[in-house]
Amino acid sequence: MSDQPLLRAQGVRKSFGSVEVLKGIDLEVRQGQVVSLIGASGSGKTTFLRCVNLLEEHDAGDILLDGEPIGYRVENGRRRRLSETRVSAQRARIGMVFQQFNLFPHLTAEENVMLGLTKVLGKGKAEAREIAGHWLGRVGLEARRAHYPYQLSGGQQQRVAIARAVAMEPRLLLFDEVTSALDPELVAEVLGVMQQLAGSGMTMLVVSHEMLFVRDVSHHVVFMDGGRVAQAGPPAEVFDRPDSDRLRGFLGRFHGMFGGVRH
Amino acid sequence: MIQYYFDWSVITRNAGALGEALLLGLGLALVSLAIGTVIGLAAAYARLSCRPWLSWPVWAYVEFIRCMPLLLLIFFVYFGLPEFNISWFDKTQSFILTLSLYAGAYMSEVFRAGLGSMPKQYVEAAKAIGLRPWQRQRYVVLPVMFRITLPAISNNLISLFKDTSLAAAIAVPELTFVARRINADTFRVMEVWLSVSALYLITAYTIATLLRLVERRYASIR
Ligand SMILES: Nc1ncnc2c1ncn2[C@@H]1O[C@H](COP(=O)(O)OP(=O)(O)OP(=O)(O)O)[C@@H](O)[C@H]1O
Ligand SMILES: [Mg+2]
Repeated sequence: MSDQPLLRAQGVRKSFGSVEVLKGIDLEVRQGQVVSLIGASGSGKTTFLRCVNLLEEHDAGDILLDGEPIGYRVENGRRRRLSETRVSAQRARIGMVFQQFNLFPHLTAEENVMLGLTKVLGKGKAEAREIAGHWLGRVGLEARRAHYPYQLSGGQQQRVAIARAVAMEPRLLLFDEVTSALDPELVAEVLGVMQQLAGSGMTMLVVSHEMLFVRDVSHHVVFMDGGRVAQAGPPAEVFDRPDSDRLRGFLGRFHGMFGGVRH
Repeated sequence: MIQYYFDWSVITRNAGALGEALLLGLGLALVSLAIGTVIGLAAAYARLSCRPWLSWPVWAYVEFIRCMPLLLLIFFVYFGLPEFNISWFDKTQSFILTLSLYAGAYMSEVFRAGLGSMPKQYVEAAKAIGLRPWQRQRYVVLPVMFRITLPAISNNLISLFKDTSLAAAIAVPELTFVARRINADTFRVMEVWLSVSALYLITAYTIATLLRLVERRYASIR
């Protein structure tokens, strides 16, 4: 395996107006790894994911995917913003699953998955339909392929959204609190699909408040605090040996959730 | 009170002419809606553009049309343009031009509201799968927007159909004009106006009902 991480962020900064939200994020995701971002509300987790997928433009630092800078190229030592077409091509290599599912409301589950396959990857209708069927099957929704989003439960919609993202065969999948908008009884079905994906070797960068899931599935956990990485390491280390009061306080809020698992 | 004796034979005798006139009116409305939709879309995108040289003229166009009585616009185009040596069109084409510009202004407002209320999340999902800018418009934003704005588009079609009666003012042989001609020939004023009113009413109501079916078919999607 090559030594180069699939995703490397170095000193990533981002401000909204005069408020600096990301204050120099360093982070690596290796091929096949699941890396989780945890941290209090407002610590910048979503903003970082959005920078990785170019839904926001970072102000400084580098985000490298397979060693290639995201969002700009360097020309004579100066940064030049990439054209929208190039940006779109980079985005196509990174999948994203959103908190609110964001399914296209005018398309069926199958068509939601097919759109990127036909229009971005240039596959034929028949092949795209087959791929869509395969992935909808993998998330347990083969029977719902002709349903429109409004005809699906939140958990089902989120699974379609995952199928839509995975079907594009991205190098990296981003998940932003994908279970936060779900009724509690629907959370497990979505986490189950994510766990399966992780098991199949998909590289994933996950923002989640589902601490049990984070602990079980992640190879690496990153605790963000106030726009910085405060602590990072394997889950056992981050969860069992928090090296700051902030992290201890943050984890303390989930104490009940860990139950007997902690010791 | 003077007794008025109804003689409906004037209607049956002129049924063919009235039917043709009705179809012409419908055709004028549909063609103008189609052209107006294209104009309206372009105008809506121009209005939302951050380039002032694009958004300002369009703003002026929309406000001018919206604040002018339609009848004056019709006269302006039909009698005014030939004064500037623009006279390649006949009266029907002139009317279609006017009604299309008129429809375009109103449609642009409809589309501007539709685009403005487009939830950001759909565009972001479209970006996330790697669709290029025009693909995002073509496959996501426009289809969703048409569904959002369908009720307003329906309203516009009905209004446009009724507005075709103003074409009578420049002797386009639509329903109102033909009715006036039959009146002049036969003096059966009551029969003619009652029948023509019924035709407008029934046609407009039928359009409304059909469009409501279309709306119901699509409304469920959102
Ligand atoms: N578009 C924006 N404009 C202005 N401020 C923003 C914008 N997006 C995010 N912020 C601010 O940036 C900070 C970080 O937000 P972000 O959504 O990244 O946090 P988060 O860690 O994902 O929080 P949560 O757990 O609540 O989702 C917050 O203070 C937020 O108010
Ligand atoms: Mg967030």
